[in-house]
Amino acid sequence: MKEPGSLKEVEFWRWQEYHRIMPNKKWTSKDLITAGVDVGSVGSKAAIMINGEAYSWGITRTGSNSPESATKALDYALEGTGIKANEIKYIVGTGYGRVNVPMANKAITEIACHAKGANYIWGPSVRTVLDVGGQDIKAIRIDETGRVVSFLMNDKCAAGTGRGMEVFADLLQIPIEDIGDISLKVEKEPEPVSCTCVAFAKTEAMGLLRKGWSKEKVLAAYTRAMAVRMANLINRVGLEKELVVTGGQSKNIGIVSRIEVILGVKCLPIPRWRDEGALDPMVAGALGAALLAKALYEKAQKS
Amino acid sequence: MITVGIDLGTQRVQVVVLKDGTVASRAQAQSGFDPTKAAEQAVDEALKKANIKLSEVACFAATGSAMDMAPYEAITVSMMGADAKAGMFLFPKAHTIIDVGAEEARAVKCDERGVMVDFVVNERCAAGAGAFIEAMARALEVKLEDMGPLALKAERASPINASCVIFGESDVVSLIHRQESKPEIARAVYDAMADRISSMVHRLGINPDIVLVGGVAKDVGFVASLNRKIGVCVAIPEYPEYAGALGAAITAVTRAKEAKK
Repeated sequence: MKEPGSLKEVEFWRWQEYHRIMPNKKWTSKDLITAGVDVGSVGSKAAIMINGEAYSWGITRTGSNSPESATKALDYALEGTGIKANEIKYIVGTGYGRVNVPMANKAITEIACHAKGANYIWGPSVRTVLDVGGQDIKAIRIDETGRVVSFLMNDKCAAGTGRGMEVFADLLQIPIEDIGDISLKVEKEPEPVSCTCVAFAKTEAMGLLRKGWSKEKVLAAYTRAMAVRMANLINRVGLEKELVVTGGQSKNIGIVSRIEVILGVKCLPIPRWRDEGALDPMVAGALGAALLAKALYEKAQKS
Repeated sequence: MITVGIDLGTQRVQVVVLKDGTVASRAQAQSGFDPTKAAEQAVDEALKKANIKLSEVACFAATGSAMDMAPYEAITVSMMGADAKAGMFLFPKAHTIIDVGAEEARAVKCDERGVMVDFVVNERCAAGAGAFIEAMARALEVKLEDMGPLALKAERASPINASCVIFGESDVVSLIHRQESKPEIARAVYDAMADRISSMVHRLGINPDIVLVGGVAKDVGFVASLNRKIGVCVAIPEYPEYAGALGAAITAVTRAKEAKK
């Protein structure tokens, strides 16, 4: 089994890099343009805001060099907007590689940015945010303004993270963007696997397939186990409605729907990010960073 | 009296033949897809080496993760119980036994009779077991047996995410791209594992006489890191990977004696 990143015919782990400009929005040089750059371990996201409203964003894969990934993501967000980098008044860097965002005026933790971004995407009713990123899982309690009240993070463990899912996609040879739907294609939900370790899954999943389990069933058993871990984290931080999911795994319907079943609550609906005009919860951190950038810029102007 | 201990692990099956309180022979086989068959083969080989017939065996005892698949109607012994018995047999003064295998790590505390009183198990996470070393050796493109000697060359450990095999693999790839030193990466792997294991031992209460068994005990890189972390030199038997099988064979003696009564 080859690792992600190596050359081969089909790269099942590879997810779509894309950029988007919100329709029907215009800007002039009088507007306040701010940006948020979220360099995650797996994906780098940048968002541009005009007067605190989402205008455009770009999502790329993080390379081995964080500053380069930050620049790439910002350039991607600016592509086709006509905005030049020097017209951005304030930039906040966030994410795992936030100290390596060369153009940022300030670095802010991704916890604060995801809280703010979730509040922006779903509104003031959000109280609990589950952020599932490339290499960690965070459960964040927030107030009606999007400020962090408390949070919990999992130990550094790939189970359930975006990186872990990429390994699974390759292992089972299922395109990563289909993994959620396929995990739900089981007549009866199997028992969750007892061991979620992704490294062991490389041999254990093969054993289950050899025993005659379908790919769907194997995936369902693992997805269920990972959803249990996330639900436990949410319960430990204390679940208060409304609940939302941000980060790359918000696109994994297999994870989100199982968390809903385990916790007995519905998450606020995930925006259909492929639709024009819809926001992408994977960009929540960058959007939050751009909003915080606006606040910081205005504060600096006043003083 | 002759007894046989069989340790059915995830990668290998080990067999120890015990005759009147001394080890008569050992044998091992790859677990493969059929651990029962692998165990039969290893038992067959071990008995041949010792020139003992199957019918002469008073009792078979099995341990290890696949112990339920043992042949010859073997009785089963918990892995912690087997560790405790073997540790005492090998080093009568040692009351703490650390067992690091391919997929699991355990620390067991026992009393002066070799009866287990407490234990800590590394939850099923590859970062605390031999699987971690294997994965990192692959990522570093060095042979598994060269990892330990390589780590011994390092003065310091490189900064890698060594708490998860999956993240560790990608970290190692980017460190190699940056041409970081392989010995320092190897040492980081062992240091991280030793951190985990030593915290398990500390939970049981530290004790100066500690035995290290399991396949990973043969890895000089791991032993060096563990000794540094714990601050005492752990004792290692000549055949650390056979400790589980030995512990089972010792338990079988007690059972066979009980049955005679």
